[in-house]
Amino acid sequence: MAVSSTARLRSARRLGGYLLLVLAALAFVYPFLLSLASSFKSRAELAASPVLPWPDEVTVRAWELVFLRSEFPTWMVNSTIVTVAATLLRLFLDSLAGYSLARLRWRGRGLVFAGVLAILSVPPIVLTVPRFLLLKELGLLNSYSGLVLPLAVDAVGIFIAKQFFEALPRELEEAARIDGANIWQTYWHVVLPLARPALVTLTILSFQGTWNEFLLPLIVVRASPEHWTLPLGLSTLGRGGAGGQTFDYPVMLTASIVTIVPVAIVFIIFQRFFVRGVAASGIKG
Amino acid sequence: MSAETRTASAPAPQVPARSRFPRPGRGPRRGRSRVAGRQGLAGWLFVTPALLGLGVFLVLPILLALWVSFRDWSGLAPLSTSRPVGWENYRDLLLESGVARTDFAKSLRNNLYYVLGVVPVQTFLALFLAVLVNQKLLKGRTFFRTAFYFPSVTSSIAVAFIFVFLFSPTGLVNALLSALLPGTVSLVWLDEPTGVIHVLLRLVGMDSPPALLAEHDLMGLSWWEWLSGPSVALTAIMVLATWTTTGTFMLMFLAGLQGIPEEIDEAAAIDGVSPRQRFFRITLPMLKPTTFLVVTLGLIGTWQVFDQVYAMTSGGPQKTTFTPAYLVYREGFQNAAMGRAAAIAFILFALIMAFTGIQRLVLRRED
Repeated sequence: MAVSSTARLRSARRLGGYLLLVLAALAFVYPFLLSLASSFKSRAELAASPVLPWPDEVTVRAWELVFLRSEFPTWMVNSTIVTVAATLLRLFLDSLAGYSLARLRWRGRGLVFAGVLAILSVPPIVLTVPRFLLLKELGLLNSYSGLVLPLAVDAVGIFIAKQFFEALPRELEEAARIDGANIWQTYWHVVLPLARPALVTLTILSFQGTWNEFLLPLIVVRASPEHWTLPLGLSTLGRGGAGGQTFDYPVMLTASIVTIVPVAIVFIIFQRFFVRGVAASGIKG
Repeated sequence: MSAETRTASAPAPQVPARSRFPRPGRGPRRGRSRVAGRQGLAGWLFVTPALLGLGVFLVLPILLALWVSFRDWSGLAPLSTSRPVGWENYRDLLLESGVARTDFAKSLRNNLYYVLGVVPVQTFLALFLAVLVNQKLLKGRTFFRTAFYFPSVTSSIAVAFIFVFLFSPTGLVNALLSALLPGTVSLVWLDEPTGVIHVLLRLVGMDSPPALLAEHDLMGLSWWEWLSGPSVALTAIMVLATWTTTGTFMLMFLAGLQGIPEEIDEAAAIDGVSPRQRFFRITLPMLKPTTFLVVTLGLIGTWQVFDQVYAMTSGGPQKTTFTPAYLVYREGFQNAAMGRAAAIAFILFALIMAFTGIQRLVLRRED
């Protein structure tokens, strides 16, 4: 009797737990589903029924507007260019610096690493004015270089790379040295191939960060629409563009969904690397 | 941050004290010191590009901006045409009565309420979800974890637009509230400047401020206005911020929970300690470092809110969604007062560094 009532209590608790989880998951997922469905609704239908996660009558008006009659494709190309360039540079420079800090011994290494740590805690918003200032003085405003170069190295990436290299066993490098490989060859042919998990983490963090970056494009290429990236272009479809309450919601939602999709795909495929990134940046070394 | 989302600045990792290698030039062994010399050169060569990048695009500009914060510069004309003004930019923001100070005061008030609302709620929710997801024998754990974390990785502007839609007068939020509350709710969320504390006071019949609160002011803002609470519009942004960042912090709590040895919990269970007591007496105390981390990262992130404000309200209605970060942009890039923008940025910087500093101190003490 006693046993079965405890068991019942336990399974009731378990059921309650599931119910809460499902409700919570709904709160996190439903906005995306609703937006996707709404992008296929007409403006009239959306005004009349803004809560149902399927369209009564499917219309592709918003999708046509976004892809065929707006600058959206240009923004997408720009975002791709900037993301790929920044990510490649970051991978190379971060891993190089991380390796040097982890494995090579040189005077001033401790000091340099302390500097990297200090930079780690500079809040991005504080960089708004300084970055503008510098890019203006360098003549890099309204250019791709202005969008890419400030993102080409990052302290978090150096930190992650360094942590990873420190955890690698030394034997292979030592063997390569004994076989006559110089430091560069050891790094390029022996160490980097071993570092693939760290490189994937860096790539994903960089891809996600750069693709979503809004503040930097806003201050660097605001005056030059042909350089706009997705988030910047997207932002002009809202208050900055139409203004007031006359939003074209299906268009706004279509553009938002399309902006989200690439990151969503990468996220679903490489989830564990995202999690590792959070762990690396969140938990003290 | 991007939303605090964004990459909130990470906490101080510990510098590992490794001195396995002899320092160059320490001993008379010439062979080793030649290797050390080669490594020294390579070490510097490897790290130089990154240092150049960080130096040119981070350190140098910060120093330049500090200099600019003591100058009068529009941001449009060449920097060389700016003139020095001493502490004027800082004085205008903190001491001199005028629009600049009132705007700054409003931004501080708004952000303060934003922090007070978002940080506790997201911390609590993150812990709650982490505990749910961490249950033994849970089916579909990966799905739930993915669902909760996903908003954190998406574009801040895109999700802000989704929330503009959800909070529209005929949107999902009003529909849900209408279903739960008597009557029809047709709140124009993003255009409603009334503070929620004022709304509550109005409900109990207090329409105008008592003389005491109306007559005194701080930084040009009356006590009554300081006590407004977040405006309805800001509340919508707070909901969005909580929704986006909770998942990241849930992952941190999850890592923390998984670091707690199972035996402790099991031993307590065998001793007849109830699940509730086990949670409050064992799990929660052991999660203290994680909780502390989550709260500090939350504080650092919430003091930087910009993207969401820009996309959802542009600082309005009636300046009730101004934040210091948004003011940096507004003063510098819309009002051509780059010197003042730099000054705001440095005040904000000091504030955030204070939080980071406290965090580092406490973490160090606990080690």
